[in-house]
Amino acid sequence: MAVPILKQGNYLIASIQAALTDADLFELRNALVTQVGRFRSRGVVVDVTALDVMDSFAARTLRDIAQMTRLRGAETVIVGIQPEVAFAMVQLGLTLEEVATALDLEEGLAYLRDRSKRTGPAIGSHGG
Amino acid sequence: MDQTLTKPTISPTKPTITPMSAEATAAMLRELVAHLRQNRTRLREEWVQRIIEAQLLTAMSKEEIFAEATSVYDSYLDVLETGSVEALQAYARNLSERIIPRGVETHEVLGIVLLLRDVLARELFTRYGSDFAVLNNVLEAYEPAANRIATTVGVGFVQERERVIRQQQEAIRELSTPVLPVRERLLILPIIGIIDPQRARQLTEQLLRGIRINRAKVAVMDITGVPAIDSTVANHLVQTVESARLLGATVIVTGLSPEIAQTLVTIGVDLGKMNTVGDLQGGIEEAERMLGYKVMPVREPTQQG
Repeated sequence: MAVPILKQGNYLIASIQAALTDADLFELRNALVTQVGRFRSRGVVVDVTALDVMDSFAARTLRDIAQMTRLRGAETVIVGIQPEVAFAMVQLGLTLEEVATALDLEEGLAYLRDRSKRTGPAIGSHGG
Repeated sequence: MDQTLTKPTISPTKPTITPMSAEATAAMLRELVAHLRQNRTRLREEWVQRIIEAQLLTAMSKEEIFAEATSVYDSYLDVLETGSVEALQAYARNLSERIIPRGVETHEVLGIVLLLRDVLARELFTRYGSDFAVLNNVLEAYEPAANRIATTVGVGFVQERERVIRQQQEAIRELSTPVLPVRERLLILPIIGIIDPQRARQLTEQLLRGIRINRAKVAVMDITGVPAIDSTVANHLVQTVESARLLGATVIVTGLSPEIAQTLVTIGVDLGKMNTVGDLQGGIEEAERMLGYKVMPVREPTQQG
């Protein structure tokens, strides 16, 4: 099942609706990394509220998405991790180091807005 | 050879013991009980005397011991007579409920029941001791019943104690981990007392749920009231802090005592991910700074009014 990716101003929002296969995750990663460039997005929000399990592949893919989009100029925030899922992830050592996380979509967008305010307009948009 | 010779000399008495039918046992017990009832006052006195000599039930006065002894004695005989332990079970539960809050220990309860068993057995010895065969039959009937009574009372007491302990644990657990919102998006979690693995689990659950419900960005966990921490619990705390981060919240740990600080470093818990501040006040101030609050007095206190 493909994950819908919505464009919202400078941000992309990927809202996961159901459990994903490894192939779906791979597809999501490719789509986001491509579209970040196409829409010149400044941030990505991945909403995982609907997930009640997070395996190591999913966690690694989320971390990869964050690192890859960062290389392409967009900050990624993972939002909506359920409390039980969060604790299970930590026990498995899937702590998503260096990936921003937020409570829900609203918080995630607020985080991205805050961040762009702090860091100022990016060099790319300066020149263009 | 000697040993093989001694055996046959005993066997002739055996047939007189074993063929006791259920009715015969019951009849025997009835006779015993009648005898023990007749000598109730004397035997009870003797029993109470022995309880006091053995320094059991020191939490109770002599009159109280005597009153309890009377009802235990009567229930004891009832069970011997009827063979039904239900009434005794109820009585043991009731007795335990009354004496547990007074600090009566398990060994004391078992001790007094076993003393009564001995006092009565001694009485049976003096009464039937002249005839070995009869005495054997008497003990055959008496011992299983007496043992069942001792077991019933002991188990009843322990069960009641465990029930009380469970109830108290429940109560402590419910009281032990409040998660309190102090400001918009700021929670505090004061922890007092020993954290065992079960409590740690509950604490994590409460905190993560609290973060979600209150949409908190920062949580201050104050462990001033925690006397000690072991590596399991310390790692659990680290995991809690990381889980909270996955929900988008920062946890500040405050009030680490000198002992705990030394323990954590000595056992090598990775505290790199923990935000720590000296005391609760500092923790709240730090949290307010992170949330963008600035707290200042409205005016000088002397200018008021």
